[in-house]
Amino acid sequence: MQRSQSTGRDYDVAVIGGGLVGIAVAWGLARLGQRVAVLDEVDGAKRASRGNFALVWVQSKGLGMGEYAGWTVRSSNGWAGLADELGRETGVDVHFERPGGFHLALSERELEMRATSLKRLHNQPRMVGYETTMLTHSEIKRMLPDIGPDVVGGSYCPLDGHVNSQKLLRALHQGFAQLGGTYLPGSTALHIAQAGGGFSIKTTDGAVAAGKVVLAAGNANMALAPQVGLSVPMLPERGQIIVTERTERFLRHPVVTIRQTDEGTVMLGDSREETTDDRGANPQINSVMAARASRMFPRLARLNVVRTWSAIRVMTADGFPIYDQSVTHPGAFVVTCHSGVTLAANHAYDMAGMIARGALDPDVAVFSARRFDANAGA
Amino acid sequence: MLTRVHEGPSRTVSIVIDGTAAEASAGETVAAALLAAGHVATRRTAVTGSPRGGYCLMGICFECVVTIDGVPNRQGCLVEVQPGMRIETGVARAAVAS
Amino acid sequence: MTDIRQLATDWDAIVVGAGPAGLAAARVLHSAGLSTLLIDENPAPGGQIWRAVTSTPLLDQSVLGLDYWAGLEPVRGAIGSGLAIATATSVWSADRGGQVGISCNGVTRMLTAKRVVIATGALERPFPVKGWTLPGVLTVGAAQGLLKSSGRVFSGRVVIAGCGPLLWLYAAQVLRAGGTIAHILDTTEAAQFRPASRGLAGFALSSYLAKGLALMAEVRRRVQVISRVTALEIEGQERATGVRFEARGRSGQVAADVVLVHQGIVPQVNLAMAAGVPYRWDAAQLCFAPVADESGQTPLARILVAGDGAGIAGWEAASARGTLAGIAAAQALGASGPVPNGRSERAQVRRKLRARGFLDRLYRPADAFRRPTGDVIVCRCEEVTAAEVEKGIDLGAIGPAQLKSYTRCGMGPCQGRLCGLTVTEMIAARRGLTPGEVGHYRLRAPVKPITLAELASLPADDAAVRAVVRN
Repeated sequence: MQRSQSTGRDYDVAVIGGGLVGIAVAWGLARLGQRVAVLDEVDGAKRASRGNFALVWVQSKGLGMGEYAGWTVRSSNGWAGLADELGRETGVDVHFERPGGFHLALSERELEMRATSLKRLHNQPRMVGYETTMLTHSEIKRMLPDIGPDVVGGSYCPLDGHVNSQKLLRALHQGFAQLGGTYLPGSTALHIAQAGGGFSIKTTDGAVAAGKVVLAAGNANMALAPQVGLSVPMLPERGQIIVTERTERFLRHPVVTIRQTDEGTVMLGDSREETTDDRGANPQINSVMAARASRMFPRLARLNVVRTWSAIRVMTADGFPIYDQSVTHPGAFVVTCHSGVTLAANHAYDMAGMIARGALDPDVAVFSARRFDANAGA
Repeated sequence: MLTRVHEGPSRTVSIVIDGTAAEASAGETVAAALLAAGHVATRRTAVTGSPRGGYCLMGICFECVVTIDGVPNRQGCLVEVQPGMRIETGVARAAVAS
Repeated sequence: MTDIRQLATDWDAIVVGAGPAGLAAARVLHSAGLSTLLIDENPAPGGQIWRAVTSTPLLDQSVLGLDYWAGLEPVRGAIGSGLAIATATSVWSADRGGQVGISCNGVTRMLTAKRVVIATGALERPFPVKGWTLPGVLTVGAAQGLLKSSGRVFSGRVVIAGCGPLLWLYAAQVLRAGGTIAHILDTTEAAQFRPASRGLAGFALSSYLAKGLALMAEVRRRVQVISRVTALEIEGQERATGVRFEARGRSGQVAADVVLVHQGIVPQVNLAMAAGVPYRWDAAQLCFAPVADESGQTPLARILVAGDGAGIAGWEAASARGTLAGIAAAQALGASGPVPNGRSERAQVRRKLRARGFLDRLYRPADAFRRPTGDVIVCRCEEVTAAEVEKGIDLGAIGPAQLKSYTRCGMGPCQGRLCGLTVTEMIAARRGLTPGEVGHYRLRAPVKPITLAELASLPADDAAVRAVVRN
């Protein structure tokens, strides 16, 4: 698979990163007729896209940046179209559903904090209008009949949904290949340099030349970005996920920490640790997650756990996406965020279009990393 | 399905397979007792509903999982039969109802 | 059954697996005065080879043979020695810090040990042919377990397919016990006899060869053996009803009520891998094995491996390697009691490994039976076919992790035990890589299922609570 040393421009765009963010942008570019290469790492690399929780989630997103809530709602609204197109083009049903989702509280204190934080979120300036409702135990019970007595209440947002993220990855990769895109696994990007009006990217498996380059390498963007005059402050953290055996369908709505997949397995997620070691899972944290899930849905307790894993979350320093084009290296873009699943529709359609045109739209300027500059005007 | 080839004494225990009374040899595993009682296919797969039965009988393949005394998805090859044990075959997905 | 709630939490040594290796390791550690816990998921110690040796109804020793009855003393010795033994107990996690998660009858515990000896033995190599998922298709090892523990053989038309010493041993045992076998479809490759004979040197070889040839002759006298089988397909809808095959360029078909398959054994590596022990590809045995020195010490200070789980070499070598691992652990812990020097065991292991080379070459399973094509199911749990695996590889999977994401291959309850090697070899062949370069699925606890309730019952500290509950 060794490629000869490349000469000239092989591709219109090289996307660095074959996870959900990279492949969504690459697929979007390819469907606009661009010649695209996706440079991906080796099989054992740390991959957030294989460890994610697969929510297409709106509620509680955007505290501290109203525009992010709007951007999230936009993607949520675009998701059905994306799922449709992927299904049509690739035959892969990604099982997108938007039945509305819950955040459950196990104590009055949790419930109160939830209500306060939602109030703050929705009272922000530049906040998009949509509804998140606080519900009592009995109101929730009508929609989630299996909740346990410890659930004191929670919040519900009709825009929340979920998807099968593995099938999403599969569909995007397959769709990308069908559109003539080139996927280069085992080609870890080492160095990016301007060359001949474009970029030359040195990888562990030869060099690739492209007119534009998109950094979508998750936490690995930190090392690559400065090479093209971009800055990407990241604060990666570890999350753990527990998966049970398949069980009969019982959960019609995703809960922010519990969802049942189309295959029937139940996923439990959401924990945060400040470590980037994804080798082991912390059994104590799994224990807390399992205990809370069993209190929310007592009938889960007897299910067998078939897998647990930890994955490193891609997390920018403030938790919001970073979209930028380099000032010093025009044609070099960065697309990075935590919510690669939720924002997939925006990335596939909006971001791909902007990158193809060569300019980011003014309404995403708020997501520039310039917001981290000490003297950023506000 | 299975024939006994030893002359030694064997104690039998009464068990219930899918609601029907059956005899098993004491000390035998659930998977062995099911085969001895003629149950070759003991579950359906969750993906396509295909029939399956015990394959490795040594704890590796998870093909012999059955519901034992109400607990779903137990590996029949690792559990010894007990008097009065209730075994249910044919389940594709564990029920969450208790 | 053990009540694991009564077990102490902290141990000098925990030995996982009570086969020949685990029994030997635990014996050394216990005799050296170290607090030692021996754990096995089966109802009694003995492992697969000595399964039910203290309770088998087959008391005529000529049926199961000397290698089986050699287990009586070690098993009885362990039970009578005062060594702590937890049976019917599975080990679902182990880590580099010596934390060991165990589960028995719906109860789970987290124990700690200064040394963990992983002696999880072998499993039968996957045999992915058309129809291998049908009810009525079992492994030879499964059938042999039934014979040992219950004194039962299959009735009706029994067809055995595959290759390897265990296949001939089981066939001979069935016949001696008065059972019948309709056909043996022998997949040993003709071409293997010549390269195999290159390994004819080696002291122990003569006994291996003599034993093996005698068994084959014993079986051939009474069973129709079809040799040089190059293709197999098990027929049936709701259960196996027959086998189609090609042998010496001709196709044939035999009816069957039960089909027993086997093509050798490979180390059971899930627990060691999940604990983080590095592994290597063994090109002679076509399998992954943990990285360890002669005494079983892995690069992780607290973890040792012993027996066939560290590389296939048979029960005598496994027993010797168990002793060596026990010695190494006992010495590292500064045991006060007597510790043997291990000289004879070291010599024994070397002798057996030399002879093993011959068997490995002779019974090397054919490529076609390790790398299936078309609609043959590769992953039994998720029902992923060879064609789908190939599609995933062509789409860009250069390793099993990406393939998993694309196809769900390896994501079911067996956790890749019955598809891991197949997938690695298929990727390697299609991508022009070595299996070592491709690597194995990344394995994580729990390597045996535990319920959510069990997981929830484990103690958790404030930091763990804070990582989950955000206020």
